[in-house]
Amino acid sequence: MANSKVSQDTGDLKLDRVSKHYGDFCAVDDLSLIVPDGSFFALLGPSGCGKTTTLRMIAGLEEPSAGTISIGETDITTQKSYRRNVNTVFQNYALFPHLTIFENIAFGLRRRGIKDVKTEVENALNLVEMGHLAERKPNQLSGGQQQRIAVARAIVNRPEVLLLDEPLGALDLKLRRQMQIELKRIQTEVGITFIHVTHDQEEAMTMADTIAVMNQGKIEQMGSATDLYEAPKTAFVANFLGQCNLIKGKITSRSGDKAIVTAKGLNFEVPLSRVATTNDSVFLGVRPEKLRLDDTGVNSIKNCVVTDRSFVGTSTQYMVRAPWDLELVVFEQNDEGLHDLRVGDTVSLEWDPEHTFALDGAGDINAGADLDDDE
Amino acid sequence: MAFLHAVSSGTSATKSVLKSKSLTPYLLLAPGLIWLVTFFIIPIFSLASTSTMVRPDGAQVGVYEQKLRFANYVDAFVANQDQYLRSFFYAALATLLALAIAYPLAYAIAFKSGKYRNILLVMVIAPFFTSFLLRTIAWTQILADSGPVVSTIQLLPFIDDLFRINNTSTAVVIGLAYNFLPFMTLPLYASLERIDPRTLEAAGDLYANGLTTFRKVTLPLSMPGVVAGTLLTFIPAAGDYVNAAILGNPSTKMIGNVIESRFFAVVDYPTAAALSFTLMATILILVTLYIRKSGTDELV
Amino acid sequence: MTTINAPMPSLSHRASRWFSRNLIRIYAALAFIYLFIPVAYTFAFSFNDAGKSNLVWQGFTFDNWKNPCGAPQVCEAVGNSLKIGVISTLLATALGTMIAFALGRYKFKGRTSTNLLIFLPMATPEVVLGASLLAMFLNLRVNPSFWTIVISHVMFCISFVVVTVKARIASLDPRLEQAAMDLYANEKETFRYVTLPLVMPGIAGAALLAFSLSFDDFIITNFNSGTVSTFPKFVYVSAARGIPAQANVIGSAMFFIALIIVIVGQVVSRKRKKS
Repeated sequence: MANSKVSQDTGDLKLDRVSKHYGDFCAVDDLSLIVPDGSFFALLGPSGCGKTTTLRMIAGLEEPSAGTISIGETDITTQKSYRRNVNTVFQNYALFPHLTIFENIAFGLRRRGIKDVKTEVENALNLVEMGHLAERKPNQLSGGQQQRIAVARAIVNRPEVLLLDEPLGALDLKLRRQMQIELKRIQTEVGITFIHVTHDQEEAMTMADTIAVMNQGKIEQMGSATDLYEAPKTAFVANFLGQCNLIKGKITSRSGDKAIVTAKGLNFEVPLSRVATTNDSVFLGVRPEKLRLDDTGVNSIKNCVVTDRSFVGTSTQYMVRAPWDLELVVFEQNDEGLHDLRVGDTVSLEWDPEHTFALDGAGDINAGADLDDDE
Repeated sequence: MAFLHAVSSGTSATKSVLKSKSLTPYLLLAPGLIWLVTFFIIPIFSLASTSTMVRPDGAQVGVYEQKLRFANYVDAFVANQDQYLRSFFYAALATLLALAIAYPLAYAIAFKSGKYRNILLVMVIAPFFTSFLLRTIAWTQILADSGPVVSTIQLLPFIDDLFRINNTSTAVVIGLAYNFLPFMTLPLYASLERIDPRTLEAAGDLYANGLTTFRKVTLPLSMPGVVAGTLLTFIPAAGDYVNAAILGNPSTKMIGNVIESRFFAVVDYPTAAALSFTLMATILILVTLYIRKSGTDELV
Repeated sequence: MTTINAPMPSLSHRASRWFSRNLIRIYAALAFIYLFIPVAYTFAFSFNDAGKSNLVWQGFTFDNWKNPCGAPQVCEAVGNSLKIGVISTLLATALGTMIAFALGRYKFKGRTSTNLLIFLPMATPEVVLGASLLAMFLNLRVNPSFWTIVISHVMFCISFVVVTVKARIASLDPRLEQAAMDLYANEKETFRYVTLPLVMPGIAGAALLAFSLSFDDFIITNFNSGTVSTFPKFVYVSAARGIPAQANVIGSAMFFIALIIVIVGQVVSRKRKKS
């Protein structure tokens, strides 16, 4: 049980053209990504998109059908999970019910042959602020407490990469928000690479430095939360992160640094840098909070009708129907300059070109929208 | 207790990590399965083989020759049809009686026991920690002609002085039902316990009264337990002979008694073997039909 | 709005309502009494100051309890039953647990046949099990003995062990074993530190079940024991001439020992849950 049997690799985690098939079903399709050492990385996507399968392949609990996984210079693709310098926080915590909290946390240390575990375990417990519970059993702890112990049990081993499989799914909203901040703090303090799998886009955007949005086994787009939100490259990403208005149209002109998209006889201006495709058939996109209820802007749609209105405290959300029967969503911030519109009112919409983006129009305009949050 | 639970409910397929290693499962299975094949399967064949043997003329007692005399089966059956029919009849009665006693008991433990549930479950099994022979013999003494039970019943106006319970078919059926009661109660309990009480509340919310709720909701949901319990009671009861021997009389003999006496009292192995084989085959057929009709296929 | 005072329900009305609400509970209480009457009777008569025939109450005495081996052959029978029980339990539990692990944790061909082979002995009447084994021993000219009893007991106990342990294995969250491997435990260590401790209660339960089935078995034993006596055989044979009170002592003692084991087990597992 020597320490040396566990590899001591360090470096960036790299997945190179990794695929996983179950019979005919392709769970992960030719996926490549690099996770920089020490970053907080999120794999975001709806259930069934392959994010958990990817995580399990990194952990060594599943073997890829194709491709390689490496940490730094070392290829760990075929390495068994108990040899990898990678630990997992499981979705249901998977704490050993027959061991005390202390022994749960000490488990990995003991298997590596470390004799003196007391200091390490206590440090880990203090890190997650659970020091007083060392002698209890898991079934005596609440969900939130178990979650922290699961984190401590993984972190105490100082892995190169820490994997978190939707760890906050079973917690209620307030606790979840609290834990999001906690995990971010721990990651910053300890400096380990975190890979966090979730279907909750708010969670991913709050916590991660880099997010990879996955859909049907592939990565749709990877980048910071701001990049993904403000400059999505596919309809799926645009709809999955927050809400988005998409209008089908055609690029009728590209010149200089501007492009013109024509839809329903109206012309809209888009900066060429925010056009994500070389095709001319596009979806023109603008986020609801960027729409203003005026008609003086560069991009505008006149003669719309308000069809729904909801006051949600921080803003008022309007559903507005454009003259050609497309419903658009508008968020108006609850501060000065409020238009107090009612259902049935006529209104014009306008927005700035910098807030517009154009996506490839070949796909499903509703991809990524209205996906249920599964547990 | 867990085995009855598993038998009655089947095992649910959890997301399992079944390893595909080549040799290990076979190594694990081998010793136990070899034991079962050697001491269960092969004996069945021995039984079949013995059943077609014939005692040669002039041979000593217990010496037989293999002559493939299938007529043994016909002879054995014809000579003992009464006992066969009686065995299945008593077993069926005992099963129904056990069901009648056990169902309300299981229901009470599952729904009305509160924090005493585990204690009550132990109390259902506890009597069976004493030897079942002692208990059966205790019944003969409790039901004795001069005992309290019979004396009390004889006080009733329409009962004559010759009324007795011991050594009657009634006593045999009572004994059978008693001895197999936990085999009926526990599967029933297991499947009743799984019913979410809120389902019953929902039925009430949808205008069903107590009896209708039972008929339309509880009873159907408890059917796996009923099937398992009746099987676990009927099968051993049909082959039992202890109850008939202790609590019955020569006219209540069951097929088990005949088999036992053919092996030990009247040494006639072929007949005994033929009778055993027929019993087993009949039970297997009945069980298969019953299971197919009630649709529970995963019993192990 | 005027208030209306509802009339107090009459006593008989209240009584009949209480009765119908508690009908099931009353019924269950009666059923329990029915279950325990023979046990109480056996226990009571263990104090009977009877000679050989323990049929009529003759007087109270502790003598039987002080001298449980007083009646001839009782202790020999009990001793045999205990020895047979322990050996059969060890063998059946070992063989059955291995089968349960194979069924519960591995993919292999022949799963359906294995399940059938395990199920069949449980679905066969004891008469047939005993008779067929005796037929085989007779055909092989093997004399019934202590060891033929052990063989038969192991045979019919294996299935029960398999079902019990398999149920326990099935209830085990496979993610616990994955977590162990994630935490640097290889296959052997995972089994030793996680799987086995968690399955152990099932194995213990199976062993208890096997022992009680073996100790109390009569029919199969009767067919395969020849002249070797076991406790149930002893009781059956002496029923004709009168069972000595010492047998009641043994029976009652078994009851209390088993009851204590079960209660202790419940208390311990409840303490583990609270502590």
